[in-house]
Amino acid sequence: MALVRQDLKTGVGRKIPHESAGKHVSGEAVYIDDRLEFPNQLHVYARLSDRPHARILKIDTAPCYEIPGVRIAITSKDVPGQLDIGAVVPGDPLLADGKVEYVGQPVIAVAANSLETARKAAMAAVIEYEDLEPVLCVEEALKKKHFVLDSHQHKRGDSAKALASAPHRLQGSLHIGGQEHFYLETQISSVIPTEDDGMIVYTSSQNPTEIQKLVAEVIDVPMHKVMVDMRRMGGGFGGKETQAAGPACMAAVIARLTGQPTKMRLPRVDDMTITGKRHPFYVEYDVGFDDDGRLHGIDLTLAGNCGYSPDLSGSIVDRAMFHADNAYYLGDATVTGYRCKTNTASNTAYRGFGGPQGMVAIESIMDHIARTLGRDPLDVRKHNYYGTEDRNVTHYYQTVEDNQIAELTAELEASSEYQRRRREIAEFNRQSPILKKGIAMTPVKFGISFTATFLNQAGALVHIYTDGSIHLNHGGTEMGQGLNTKVAQVVAEEFQVDIDRIQVTATNTDKVPNTSPTAASSGADLNGKAAQNAAITIRNRLVAFAARHFDVTEEDVEFRNNHVRVREQVLPFEELIQLAYFNQVSLSSTGFYRTPKIFYDHEKARGRPFYYFAYGAACSEVLVDTLTGEYRMLRTDILHDVGASLNPAIDIGQVEGAFVQGMGWLTMEELVWNQQGRLATNGPASYKIPAVADMPADFRVQLVENRKNKEDTIFNSKAVGEPPFMLGIATWCALQDAVASVGDYRFAPLLDAPATPERVLWGVEKIKQAMARDAVVETVD
Amino acid sequence: MIKIQVNGRNHELSQDLASTPLLWVLRDKLKLKGTKFGCGKGLCGACTVHFNGNPTRACQLPLSAASGGQVRTIEGLSENGDHPLQKAWIEEDVPQCGYCQPGQLMSAAALLASGAPVDDASIRAAMSGNICRCGTYGRIVRAIKRAADEGGRA
Repeated sequence: MALVRQDLKTGVGRKIPHESAGKHVSGEAVYIDDRLEFPNQLHVYARLSDRPHARILKIDTAPCYEIPGVRIAITSKDVPGQLDIGAVVPGDPLLADGKVEYVGQPVIAVAANSLETARKAAMAAVIEYEDLEPVLCVEEALKKKHFVLDSHQHKRGDSAKALASAPHRLQGSLHIGGQEHFYLETQISSVIPTEDDGMIVYTSSQNPTEIQKLVAEVIDVPMHKVMVDMRRMGGGFGGKETQAAGPACMAAVIARLTGQPTKMRLPRVDDMTITGKRHPFYVEYDVGFDDDGRLHGIDLTLAGNCGYSPDLSGSIVDRAMFHADNAYYLGDATVTGYRCKTNTASNTAYRGFGGPQGMVAIESIMDHIARTLGRDPLDVRKHNYYGTEDRNVTHYYQTVEDNQIAELTAELEASSEYQRRRREIAEFNRQSPILKKGIAMTPVKFGISFTATFLNQAGALVHIYTDGSIHLNHGGTEMGQGLNTKVAQVVAEEFQVDIDRIQVTATNTDKVPNTSPTAASSGADLNGKAAQNAAITIRNRLVAFAARHFDVTEEDVEFRNNHVRVREQVLPFEELIQLAYFNQVSLSSTGFYRTPKIFYDHEKARGRPFYYFAYGAACSEVLVDTLTGEYRMLRTDILHDVGASLNPAIDIGQVEGAFVQGMGWLTMEELVWNQQGRLATNGPASYKIPAVADMPADFRVQLVENRKNKEDTIFNSKAVGEPPFMLGIATWCALQDAVASVGDYRFAPLLDAPATPERVLWGVEKIKQAMARDAVVETVD
Repeated sequence: MIKIQVNGRNHELSQDLASTPLLWVLRDKLKLKGTKFGCGKGLCGACTVHFNGNPTRACQLPLSAASGGQVRTIEGLSENGDHPLQKAWIEEDVPQCGYCQPGQLMSAAALLASGAPVDDASIRAAMSGNICRCGTYGRIVRAIKRAADEGGRA
């Protein structure tokens, strides 16, 4: 009886280690490239376009076959089924069909007995082009209305009138850089042809169902012939939401044509050249505000550089628009999103999915307003926060409920000692002519749900075997975020058993069909609920059975800490399972979940696209050398809202990691293309992501305590994958604060993102020039 | 034949592999899959092993250059995954996607084995060549300190 009174040690809310932690540290965790190979294994290499825009005049693959070990060389003509593998709308041929539209587009694919042989053979093919005029610049595309998809607009009130009547008015523009995913495991798929023209696909993908559909289409079979298995990714970050499909489909086509098992793993440079990145954005703004910096009106243009094809750009630019308010009431607002087509790789999902770009735009505007008024940017931010009773409706007409941004900011302002440090930094900067410190506190409000409403569904499958062990499968994919651990905790909680009893198996399209991608931070929200649904179905059967069997009421049956209590009698969980089996009770169930309440009317640009919002705030302090532009991260304090945490150890890990990635995006990670549209930063030598020494020297992360999600989410938790990414904006604003100190905070540096040391140095020069001009004007006066 | 010792076992490998990077010899010939490919340029650290005790990027070391040497991979770090660093890694909840972690652990193990003082500066210096896109650095630093405190130098 004592055992039954104890709480479960591994249920919801506990710090359970990641289910693969032991295997991660022993090297035993199996990634796709670690799987056993077959004696007749083929390896695929794709020959890429070296032109940004050209007609293909000739492809001769005959020279490929002169290399010993080559099995097959294919072009678009050899694809048995549908050529296009576009995710939502067509536009992405598996292999270039008559023309190429970016440097890096796959033109032919060669399979051989080794990757090196395949590479040599692919380079031996003869490909002739006739060059066409490329569009490489987002501003040029915007001017020419060169779009991959239609534009969209959110409109509330009359922004033109509000701008005209506001006491102050500012205009400006801003370039926001993209970001390479740099998952440490490059894109990879390994396929095995099966009987009945089928295909088994092992892939590193966030979207097994989409891989299943596209593989079926390119090899021209129904989806039921294709089984996709996905155990774990070596990082995804959005980069494996749609763009894992290329290697999977390429390998499948070759396996179909040759009958041999086929693998395609991208070399790092090819991965960076072929696949799309976070969308760079070009932003134009016109804002009107009062003496407190409070916005009266805004006219905002968000132009996403989508690359050559639509991919997910429709939803990504939408999300930028949905987050152009961040935590602020915009007043009368016109927000317009454009999907610009350029001859570069097709940009795609990346943690935050456009949201970060929209938020950087409005945070830049907050800084611009603050410098213009001579106010602390934090004051201006607070004046613009959404209210709780009024000023609480977004520019797309969703009411902001359970708004906690003001109190969260106040708590972090106190715990980080922002005001004291702000004064000390001002004093330090007065005494220090070369080294300058900067500080900034920025908020995050991030909408949770796929904005394509139908995607907000999930399935799960739970079996209990006769020994009492539990098999759990769900439609989400594990990419390091701890999803399998969290979903297992949910099932452990529902059955009141230890997590060791539960085996989460590889995501598999044979087990749970028609799944949504693991994206939009929704993995635990959706799949946790689906698994809970399956577990409750089985538990209800067990309770009904036990009530019948022991002749008690259902209320007399209680699951607790690996046992089942039936009035005074206590059975180990597995004994009840045995009994239930012998009494012919089904011990298996599917589960399903769909998110309630959400809708969005695209025609009217109104709705409730988000089930709820996740909040956070970060305060960052930096030190800048104004002679070189180089800087150091001194300290960052974070307070972040995850509702009632399913697993604080995993959630804090997500917050820390997301912040680092956001900081990298806005500081050191710079993508550079040359005049011919070739990505110059195509490897780790030239594209720098944060390393251990780039971390803030003092890094303090806290979760908001005792604040359940008011919505009925899985155990009232909140999504955590993406929201903390945008905490990194604090570092970018802190760098601008340090630069602004050079001009006594009277001029806004208005740096483009990322604020590389080079841009910081230009910013310092710009401020010095502004001061010199100002001095001249004062002298003349 | 080219002779190398890997995790205490002697191997004789074909001369044809002389120019093959050690990474691919370990993975494809010896079937030791714990050492990962990340960039192939020695810049990400995912393939870090110990070569004659020193942390080394296996993708940059041709087998010929490893001839006669001793190699230790993640599989040889401990018998049962119980090296003080491996235990500390789990205690501190370090791994997220896990892909870079074998390399991180091998760099950290070399730092501890070197006998150098373990502090923020030495950790940053020893670990700067190992990148982690999940951003687990804060926990990596804490785990190394924990292992050092618990006598992980052995």
